[in-house]
Amino acid sequence: MEQELKTEQVEEKAFHRELFPEKPYWNPYFAGIGLGLVLLSAFVIMGRGLGASGAISTIVATSVAKIAPTHASGNEFYKNYLTTEGNPLKDWLLFEVLGVLVGGFISGLFAGRVKVKIEKGERISNAKRLLFALIGGALMGFGAKLAGGCTSGQALTGGALLNLGSWLFMLSVFAGAYMLAYFFRRVWL
Amino acid sequence: MIAPFYKFGFFGEEFSLIIAFIIGIGFGFFLERAGFGSARKLASQFYFYDMTVFKVMFTAIITAMFGVFFLGVFGILDINLIYFTPTYVVPQIVGGFILGFGFIVGGYCPGTSVVSTSVGRIDGFIFLVGVFLGIFIYGEIYPLISNFATSTAMGKQTLYGFLHIPYGVAVFFVTLMAVGGFAGASRLEKVFQKKLFGGEK
Repeated sequence: MEQELKTEQVEEKAFHRELFPEKPYWNPYFAGIGLGLVLLSAFVIMGRGLGASGAISTIVATSVAKIAPTHASGNEFYKNYLTTEGNPLKDWLLFEVLGVLVGGFISGLFAGRVKVKIEKGERISNAKRLLFALIGGALMGFGAKLAGGCTSGQALTGGALLNLGSWLFMLSVFAGAYMLAYFFRRVWL
Repeated sequence: MIAPFYKFGFFGEEFSLIIAFIIGIGFGFFLERAGFGSARKLASQFYFYDMTVFKVMFTAIITAMFGVFFLGVFGILDINLIYFTPTYVVPQIVGGFILGFGFIVGGYCPGTSVVSTSVGRIDGFIFLVGVFLGIFIYGEIYPLISNFATSTAMGKQTLYGFLHIPYGVAVFFVTLMAVGGFAGASRLEKVFQKKLFGGEK
């Protein structure tokens, strides 16, 4: 029985591979133009850019407001994400990020890249890599809120609009990452 | 001027959420196509042997920058109606550094961690959980740091406004810088591929 299940799984995997063999990534300039056109369409259609961390802020603020309403409404940061009348989850960025989830999956599926696995260098354990991912994510969330946006909302969007603060931000991101790259080489190389 | 369409009342808020979803699909699609669902691909930027992040980001910025500039020149798009985030010099520099630290430690940024989650990467999902945590921590201590977070405010400030040069000149120089950067990036890739992997990669 177990044996049967195993072969079935293997066959299913092989079928998926046959249908969507793993393809290389696109040429970076080609992908960049596509990304730029998506950003441009957001400007032209909506009058706003792209984002990611803003959507997560909305979820965090809404959750806090659900659990501790007075605590949330007394906090200027949370209040910012709760102002809309009616449901705060009817948020533009939140719907955009749901789209990102779908778009990423579609691209990955047709390129044979949908795989449950952990991305890391060869010299680090899974547990350590996941701990670093959690810490890195927390730093990223905190930093993005202090900077008023992340790589999407500030670097890409503000970069294209030649926003002074966004360009200072972008240079700082690269500087920060390069500064610590040597010490974290075991995670990646 | 007919754009931004939403600001000119071509459709309402409900429909804008559908647009958001569709634009998001495009965003996620191209991020994944570029290889940004993979932390190793993203992190390789910081070891110089694969500068895809730089190339993709600046190609995207230039593409959108050109579009906004020329649609403005042709009188189709009213640039002043596009949402523009105000500048806070020191918080944005400090936030940028913290974000850069997070990038090299965790391997993603918020948007790319969503993409990597969508293609089944466990580390991407854990990173995303971390982003929630980081934003929650920020929210909780915000009352203590709100003075700092809103310090060195410069309002809505453009590069060209700050440097007192015409918009078109700034567009030209940014393009020139990027093209030079692309050539430099490709050279760096060759040098560091050899240095790190003996030219095997």
